[in-house]
Amino acid sequence: MTTAQKDPVLVVLQMSGGNDSLNTVIPFTDPLYRDYRPTVGIPEDKALPITDSLGFHPNMGPISDMYKQGNVAIVHGVGYENSPRSHFRSMDIWHTCEPDTLGTQGWLGQVIRDIDPKKENVVTGVSFGPSMFRAMALPGVPVATVDDLNNYGLLTGITEQAQRDRILERYKNLYAQTIGTGPVMEFLGQTGLDALKGADILGVAPQKYSSTIEYADNPIAQKLKGIAQIHLADLGTRIFYSDHGSFDSHSNQLGMHGVLMSDVSVAIQDFFDDLREHDAAENVIMFVFSEFGRRTHDNGSGTDHGAAGVTFVIGDRVKGGEYGEFPSIKVADLQQGDQVPSTDFRSVYSTLLEDWLGMDAKPIVGGTFEKPAFIETN
Amino acid sequence: MTETNIALMAHLMRRASFGASREELEARVSNGYEATVEELLNPEAKEPVDLYDLFRYQPWTWKPGTIQGMGHASWLYRMLNTDAPLQEKMALFWHGVFATGVSKVDHWDEIIDLVDMLREKGMGSYREILRAVARDPAMIYWLDNNENHAHAVNENWGRELLELFSMGVGNYTEDDVRDCSRAFTGWTITPKLPRFPMGRFDWFFEYRDEDHDHDDKTFLGHTGDLNGDDIIDIIVQQPATAQFICRHLYNFFVADEPQVPAWSVTLPRDPEAVDMLAKVFVESDYDMRSVLRALFNSDFFKEARFARLKSPAEVVIGTLRMAGGADFPSPGLGNLARQTGYMGQDLMNPPSVEGWHTGSEWINSGSLMRRTNFFADLVGDVERPGIQAIIVNLKARGDLSPEQLVEGCLDLMGPLEISDDSRTELVSHAAEDGPIQWGNNGNSDHRVGEMLQLIVSLRDYQFA
Repeated sequence: MTTAQKDPVLVVLQMSGGNDSLNTVIPFTDPLYRDYRPTVGIPEDKALPITDSLGFHPNMGPISDMYKQGNVAIVHGVGYENSPRSHFRSMDIWHTCEPDTLGTQGWLGQVIRDIDPKKENVVTGVSFGPSMFRAMALPGVPVATVDDLNNYGLLTGITEQAQRDRILERYKNLYAQTIGTGPVMEFLGQTGLDALKGADILGVAPQKYSSTIEYADNPIAQKLKGIAQIHLADLGTRIFYSDHGSFDSHSNQLGMHGVLMSDVSVAIQDFFDDLREHDAAENVIMFVFSEFGRRTHDNGSGTDHGAAGVTFVIGDRVKGGEYGEFPSIKVADLQQGDQVPSTDFRSVYSTLLEDWLGMDAKPIVGGTFEKPAFIETN
Repeated sequence: MTETNIALMAHLMRRASFGASREELEARVSNGYEATVEELLNPEAKEPVDLYDLFRYQPWTWKPGTIQGMGHASWLYRMLNTDAPLQEKMALFWHGVFATGVSKVDHWDEIIDLVDMLREKGMGSYREILRAVARDPAMIYWLDNNENHAHAVNENWGRELLELFSMGVGNYTEDDVRDCSRAFTGWTITPKLPRFPMGRFDWFFEYRDEDHDHDDKTFLGHTGDLNGDDIIDIIVQQPATAQFICRHLYNFFVADEPQVPAWSVTLPRDPEAVDMLAKVFVESDYDMRSVLRALFNSDFFKEARFARLKSPAEVVIGTLRMAGGADFPSPGLGNLARQTGYMGQDLMNPPSVEGWHTGSEWINSGSLMRRTNFFADLVGDVERPGIQAIIVNLKARGDLSPEQLVEGCLDLMGPLEISDDSRTELVSHAAEDGPIQWGNNGNSDHRVGEMLQLIVSLRDYQFA
């Protein structure tokens, strides 16, 4: 930590739908890759080299540049055993760290609870909606779910201010009642009060913001812009969540996946450029993941659900490079036609939790996992 | 006509319809509960919604193609104006199960056709519904079955058919998924014509035998040259299917269940209720109408008042129907149609093939804010016919004490049941301005509007 001791901030970017990791970090010289992927294979001369044998997707130029600057950690082969290959079950597992039973506690929900146990700041966690991600969900833990930061407020349709204040005062009393109302009512009550408080706090962020960075005109860039606005307003938000998609490229993968790779890469570049312009990048890292990778063989048009996937950790305090083992694509090494995960996703979480956020990972991830050392220590 | 009967009828109408005005509730109570259920179960007897006015005034709602956010405007119009509300509710129910979205299909028209099919067949045989869904062009494209070939199997449809449309996780093996998918090879759509510049050709189902894998397959113990319909015949007979579909019905009409991915690891909250429905499902040869009849006439249904959180579609349509003034296809229909999306339920564009997570997962600070703001704007507009009807009814009760104002509003909006603490709070709000005296207080309408705004802001209003 520097002397300024700014609290560490984690931004999660979820690539929903199962990102094809084999076309994200590509073994571009491997003849097997060519054999497996006659339709969706990326030509050898198009990949952006990471090493002699691995390269980024051609549309990931901005990420490749950040990688060369040493600010991107690539964690290979992330997943867990016995992947169900179901989007929903798999996303649940990533969100709750419960591979065998139904988890109800989001891993980041627990982080928010531990950072702010007394719920002093309702915007400790901010989720860019429209609906909240299960990773952030934990009963009783406030999370501000923002769809449009510029229009965030309660009963904004009542234009006469005195009347609105009077009604909001009642609203506060009505939502504060908890006695004997049951868990769902209590949850709604807390959510209503958090909404009220959060709106007052977050409302200032766009007003305080100015920047020379023009974010790209795609949904993930706009979400990251909102995140930058809140971060720069210094409201104490520590955990941000956003997603982009759908990466579910069963068909016509080449064009579709290319656009998504470009959306995400450019958005991340805009975001970090913006933070750096405001000298506010140092305490932020971004974690980029998807619920699973895709099958090694294409299906003649796209790729079906697989198991292992690639994740990225990006930021100034990240120790750039490759972590974990790139899972073999030799026929004998595949399971049900898929690359086998070499790194448990809870390993990556453990580093993020302990070495970045400075908390005990064990109770959150449910065990002790080897930690890839992708955070700089000084 | 007892208050109990009105309250029970209001419950039925919140669930099987989108709520009902006091006038309608009274008429239905005199008809009787079971007769009302029968009426709801037989939409064929009703005049369908006439879309002529809609298309005349808002031509873009007919085959809206790729117009952003506009695909479900005609569906909203139907839900607002229908005399066969259970039919629309069932279309909504099946849309949540067979979740199909424009995010991939890219074109509203095919999804509108799919929802039209669900509306038409939704109360009939589940087997017929599955057969139609398997042949539906939007579904085929959504789950890539047009890419499922004899020599290049694509498992997307085959897997979701088992996981999300019939049995649920844990009732089949990976080999079943594989062979189920093989059985649907060759089930495709006619070549898509380029959308631009001509762009509005309908899609049609096509079976190509030359692209069908005719080798033997083994599916749930049955072996042979199985084709898609054989698979469906096997699926519908599985006890897991009856349980899964009836649990969905319970979750949609009775009380909130956990989310679907949890069903393989948690029991239903009322296993006996689901068993009872599953029995009817099997004995009636998968007739949805019979299952719904059993459901609405059951004690567990009648006792489940306010046990569900309303979905955005239910609460938006319900509040619009109550407030009135949106039945004519006026400009702004598109904006109304987008409201459910702002609250987390973008119709015809679910987040994934799993559909929407329901119950308390509808609620977060952002979506609760959207709900509250939208409803408060609607009911605060006292010129709307539905609000005027409430005011007329209240006026007929004479001058009102603060208590009477609160009771009257709660009664006419439901009747709604709220906690004593909330009631006390509402009464003290009303008391700030004293009793309502219609004759000499020009502000009375506005005060009713404000009370209604507070009521729709209550947590209690989110429950059905």
